[in-house]
Amino acid sequence: MSESKGYLDMELLRFTTAGSVDDGKSTLIGRLLYDSKAIFEDQIQNLQEVNEQRGEEGINLALLTDGLRSEREQGITIDVAYRYFATPKRKFIIADTPGHIQYTRNMVTGASTANLALLLIDARHGVIEQTKRHAFIASLLQIPHVAVCVNKMDLVDYGQEEFEKIKSDFKKFASKLEIKDVNFIPISALKGDNVVERSKNMDWYEGSTLIHLLENIHIGSDHNHVDCRFPIQRVIRPQSELHPDYRGYAGRIEGGVFKTGDEIMTLPSGKKSTIKSIDTFNGEIHEAFSPMSVCITLNDDIDISRGDMLVRANNQPQISQDIEVMICWMNERKLIPKGKYTIRHTSQTTRCIIKEIKYKIDINSLHRLEQENDLEMNDIGRISIKTTKPLFFDSYRRNRNTGSIILVNEATNETVGAGMII
Amino acid sequence: MNSYNLTHLKVLESEAIFIIREVAAQFEKPVMLFSGGKDSIIMFHLARKAFFPDKIPFPLMHIDTGHNFPETINFRDKLIKETGEKLIIKLVQESIDNGTAIEESGLNPSRNGLQTVTLLEGIESGNYDCALGGARRDEEKARAKERFFSHRDEFGQWDPKNQRPELWNLFNGKKNIGEHFRVFPISNWTEMDVWQYILNEKIAIPSLYFAHKRQVVSRDGVLLAKCAHISLKKDESWEEKTVRCRTIGDMTCTGVSESLASTMEEIIEEVATTRVTERGGRADDKRSEAAMEDRKKEGYF
Repeated sequence: MSESKGYLDMELLRFTTAGSVDDGKSTLIGRLLYDSKAIFEDQIQNLQEVNEQRGEEGINLALLTDGLRSEREQGITIDVAYRYFATPKRKFIIADTPGHIQYTRNMVTGASTANLALLLIDARHGVIEQTKRHAFIASLLQIPHVAVCVNKMDLVDYGQEEFEKIKSDFKKFASKLEIKDVNFIPISALKGDNVVERSKNMDWYEGSTLIHLLENIHIGSDHNHVDCRFPIQRVIRPQSELHPDYRGYAGRIEGGVFKTGDEIMTLPSGKKSTIKSIDTFNGEIHEAFSPMSVCITLNDDIDISRGDMLVRANNQPQISQDIEVMICWMNERKLIPKGKYTIRHTSQTTRCIIKEIKYKIDINSLHRLEQENDLEMNDIGRISIKTTKPLFFDSYRRNRNTGSIILVNEATNETVGAGMII
Repeated sequence: MNSYNLTHLKVLESEAIFIIREVAAQFEKPVMLFSGGKDSIIMFHLARKAFFPDKIPFPLMHIDTGHNFPETINFRDKLIKETGEKLIIKLVQESIDNGTAIEESGLNPSRNGLQTVTLLEGIESGNYDCALGGARRDEEKARAKERFFSHRDEFGQWDPKNQRPELWNLFNGKKNIGEHFRVFPISNWTEMDVWQYILNEKIAIPSLYFAHKRQVVSRDGVLLAKCAHISLKKDESWEEKTVRCRTIGDMTCTGVSESLASTMEEIIEEVATTRVTERGGRADDKRSEAAMEDRKKEGYF
């Protein structure tokens, strides 16, 4: 039973992949799933049957992730697909995003919760526009780690020179971005070099295999454990015989560490109190940190409701109605300058007006296009907004949870924009 | 390594609790679908955790096909009695009697598809604006494309090509009158996660999940348990086998599998080494390549 015991101590790593049909992404994901036994016999059998019907030879792994009928019929991936696998060390969630249609929108969605971005580069073609777009989005969404897999090394005779050239080209481009941790791995997804097994064809490479990197990369610091942020989701008041006067604040810790006895301040009221208890169904705990969901009680009766936030008096978020945002537009109806939208941020919902579109970014050249003030689907640009009531926020760079917003169209109710607070 | 690390099960648990609380906050009248299977038992457990020490602020709803294993129903009734939470039961038989659903004919007529009718009727008659479900993305490929907050139109239909993007932990439950949402808090859990969680949290589950002797018949590669709703073909006969359920659904379409696993530890060992998916034993999914997608579009959960 040691194996399942180990399973209970596993960490969770979320990573995102993107790319087009022919860069070997499906092969790579297929290999990770195969080798970790996450593909089952009936799925393989099903794939074989489907391939025979379609008159194709071999197994097309893309059919595993392309779950919708229209995707299979057209041979394209429309939407982000989530895949799961585990090794004895970690559980992995892959957000697999399509390479062509609505590229930016899907990539941004997949990247928003990822610890790591897996970038595939074809060793024969080197750094291309798609690589640059992908790297830019990884940087914009502040994915903490990037793994650059130089694939199809078998087609360049496992040459170190080709690998080094791509590495230096990528670094040169990435110097304009904010990518904290980049790892380069020469692989062949098809032949299995450096994916799970170390390659015998590339003695010159001394780094880790892809799976070793995924299993061991340090993700403990990916959450903010410095700035205490506790947005209230719901007030818990049982008013039952057993708990007649209980009043607790349910939410998830979005930053920092909260301990019993800590002095806290509530926003927006600014009133102070101390933490009486941190309650969970399994009993009281004395310390809670991101991303735990808990229920906190205070020693004073303060009027607190959903949308309020518990913080520390000496470490407060920004409190403002004027907010600068990098926005990715996600809807066919383009952003309306001076338009009004519903905005969601932590557990707050309010309204905002678009004051100004400052510039649009050409995501291939990274140039700022200051004259263009049209934001259409898949465009990224900087805007300033004014909200109807103050938000309590941090910059996205400092805290992804308290620095992100979505905009909702008030007529269609669709989520139309995803924003990162500057 | 610092001490501020959570295991993957704790992260998944926290994510699910967060989403269940969002549902309570964003919707006026939510309901939690409950089938008596392990996923809905976990959902129930997570909902109790989310609002502790308060009760769950919404009812459970069971769409009872009348084709359930008796063990499931006994377990359901005991669980509700012990916890004092509220359960609403909607009978597929009533939809059939009212003429809104029409019974299939054949050797093992499935009421699986009819559930959708009763479910939509239940949602409409109760004026529920959100139904929480225990579906997981790893179960089936159409489910892999499902959002946590899944929008349904007035007819309860799912439009997979026009789903709202879902980013970070910001969930958008806004809708027009008459529309509703399906919300799936354990989307990111795998079958293995569910079993590990049950073991870890010492959650009681129906005895069907553990190995027991039962009369079965093998049909189209699926082992079906003996019950009043299944008729034998000429060349078939009942035989006794030691089996257990990997998933629990209707007796007419849920296959059992031969197994000797009689403890949680043995089940986990079996899940870790098994080479067939959980839904591989579901006759309802075998009907076509896109069976699940089609049912979901019609309003299945």
